[in-house]
Amino acid sequence: MANGILHAVKKVRGGVMVSHNKNTKDMPVERIAAPKQVVLPMVQHIGAPCQPIVSVGDTVEVGQKIGDTDAFVSAPIHSSVSGTVTAIKEIKTATGMPVTAVFIDNDGEMRLHESVKPPVINSREEFLKAIRESGLVGLGGAGFPTHVKLAFKPDAGIDTLVINAAECEPYITVDYRECIDNSRNILAGVYELQKYLGFEQVVIAVEDNKPDAIKILNEIAHDERDIGDKVKVMTLKSKYPQGAEKMMVQSATGRKVPPGKLPADVGCVVMNVGSVGFIGRYLRTGRPLVSRSLTVDGSAIANPKNVRVPVGTSLQDIIDFCGGFKEEPAKIITGGPMMGVSVIGTEYPVLKQNNAILAFTKKENVYKKERDCIRCGRCANVCPMSLMPTLIDRFAMARDVESLKGTGVMVCMECGSCAYSCPAGKPLVQSMREAKHLLREEANKK
Amino acid sequence: MSEEKRLLNVSASPHFRSNDTVTGIMLDVIIAMIPSLLASTYIFGLRVLLVTAVSVVSCVGFEFISRKVMKRHNTLADLSAVVTGMLLAFNLPVDIPLAMVVIGAAVAIIVAKQFFGGIGQNFVNPALVGRIVLMVSFPVYMSNYGMPFAWQHKGVDIVTTATPLSVLGNVADKADLTGADLPSLMYMFMGIRQGSIGEVCAIALILGFLYLLIRKVIKPTIPLCFVGTVALIMLIAGKGNFTFVGYEVLSGGLLLGAIFMATDYTTSPVNFKGQVIFAIGCGLITSVIRLFGSLPEGVSFSIIIMNILVPQIEKFTTPKPFGTVKEKKAKEETK
Repeated sequence: MANGILHAVKKVRGGVMVSHNKNTKDMPVERIAAPKQVVLPMVQHIGAPCQPIVSVGDTVEVGQKIGDTDAFVSAPIHSSVSGTVTAIKEIKTATGMPVTAVFIDNDGEMRLHESVKPPVINSREEFLKAIRESGLVGLGGAGFPTHVKLAFKPDAGIDTLVINAAECEPYITVDYRECIDNSRNILAGVYELQKYLGFEQVVIAVEDNKPDAIKILNEIAHDERDIGDKVKVMTLKSKYPQGAEKMMVQSATGRKVPPGKLPADVGCVVMNVGSVGFIGRYLRTGRPLVSRSLTVDGSAIANPKNVRVPVGTSLQDIIDFCGGFKEEPAKIITGGPMMGVSVIGTEYPVLKQNNAILAFTKKENVYKKERDCIRCGRCANVCPMSLMPTLIDRFAMARDVESLKGTGVMVCMECGSCAYSCPAGKPLVQSMREAKHLLREEANKK
Repeated sequence: MSEEKRLLNVSASPHFRSNDTVTGIMLDVIIAMIPSLLASTYIFGLRVLLVTAVSVVSCVGFEFISRKVMKRHNTLADLSAVVTGMLLAFNLPVDIPLAMVVIGAAVAIIVAKQFFGGIGQNFVNPALVGRIVLMVSFPVYMSNYGMPFAWQHKGVDIVTTATPLSVLGNVADKADLTGADLPSLMYMFMGIRQGSIGEVCAIALILGFLYLLIRKVIKPTIPLCFVGTVALIMLIAGKGNFTFVGYEVLSGGLLLGAIFMATDYTTSPVNFKGQVIFAIGCGLITSVIRLFGSLPEGVSFSIIIMNILVPQIEKFTTPKPFGTVKEKKAKEETK
């Protein structure tokens, strides 16, 4: 029965139809054996870096906090294995940023730290403090500290929680698996959030290519705990980038987030379904964010799987668990093919916010020959933010900062729809980044 | 085995790209023009192919030479010069001297296209510039439209009569077409009438239109608004005479222009609103020239004029970035 299923309030502009390639959707998450060593960078979120609070030679246990900071916009880091700290040194992350990392040798015992116990929560403040201590960041890919997002004042006029289960990136199925396998956790998470933060409505948004997930989420929405029918499931047309925050808010409420503003400015909080599920589990077990689910897929992977891995496991260890490469990989991506980051090697550790490892062979790793723009307008027509990417590209290449100011490029979320559809093969996302950089530089001059 | 590290490709996202390419799009346009080319060859004879071949070869040649002279990268592979060549030929009468075809191609490619930076940079449609320059320079040759099937009657002296459009232009009361020397509407639809190479066969042009729609190369906005505007104005001018509207829509280069030339990416607006304004403008100017001008046909001029106005149209129709609050509304809210 389809009762209680909302359809999108507002159809979202633009976007592209990418092939879904959800090959791993029927594969329950497999737990990977903890690796011999984990590497835990002190930045696994957007915000201030953490400082290591352990020293070389210290013995640590699973769930023990090893990095923290006084800064508000940040999230603590916990050890994902039990063992010995062997090194604290600077490494480079996949994006090339230098960052301090703690190296821990696993003793194989996976002893839990004494701090791992269900948090006692009686108030909104205690709830937010617990979320912070859990180390939770947005698990959908961006990695924004969740407690910061939730720390709005009760009178801030925030009335809607949008739970993002759209998973619009191709290949990735971990959010889908979370809905199927861990619906109890999501359910618990939804009602705890509702209880402590007092949302007037909770909208769980999911793309219409996941009927099983819709069914299960609908059961959650009709739980007896839902007093006043506040929780609803909303189906969205499967179209990239439905899962983008601003798109979600528009679909769910019809409200548009103005340029330079956040969903909170129009009374909404958007959370990934995985993050909500984590909250449910954390409040029950007290186990901080030390492991996460990943989709491992792509044409170069021997046995594509969904896996649950300790944070800090190297990409290579995970790929080996999935049977290694069946063909020489040409490109490896952490995250989805539309917005993920390509890496130069497999030695990088998995971070809290990574949701997939995709390895592609030469055949898939196609580059179009770059040609001149023919003004076909595909980029402008698919841009969910109503920008004119080709124009921005032209200004950015000419370093014409004055003209860039009128283009609104700062609202670009780099979803990649423009570059995806460009017949001239222009690296438009790169141009958007360049344009934003030029504008920021200009702003800093003043 | 050496311990040499595998080097992986890195690039900015997205890591997937659609299958659309510039060359593919141009190829689709070429394919869409083939029905009309074949129909015209049947109607006007093999010289159609000769004129088209000369036009295409000269366009490609001029493109190659001008890129070389200007020390810019070769752009032949994008096939845009082929499209321009075919479109230019489509706009010429079948009996045009070949030297003029070459002149037209030179104007189209060198002046209208490459002087402004080549593909994607020209502000007017190159093929139309070629046609207009030829029309102004060699009016006699350019209006010497061949008779349908004249090639089958070699040696027989066929009297060239006025084209349907000039006949229509001379009819005083547009509501009453009795006595006017016009081919039947069916003939008009099938292309058995005088006219330039690519414009005569309506069925073939519509086939091409459908192909372009199916391949998502163009959207129906511009052709429909263009033809629709002309039809509407002619309906008023003809005081509700649908036969007159039918003749107006099917004669001249309206369908060719609306489907293949007004839809040129480079010289038409990018977004929907702009396209509607652009196409209505084309339709208005075409109708005004046809009804009141001394020239029988106005499609090429109308498209060129609207091409020039595209930057102005875009200035007013480009949507504001997502979430931008309209100034008026913002003021109201602050009140």
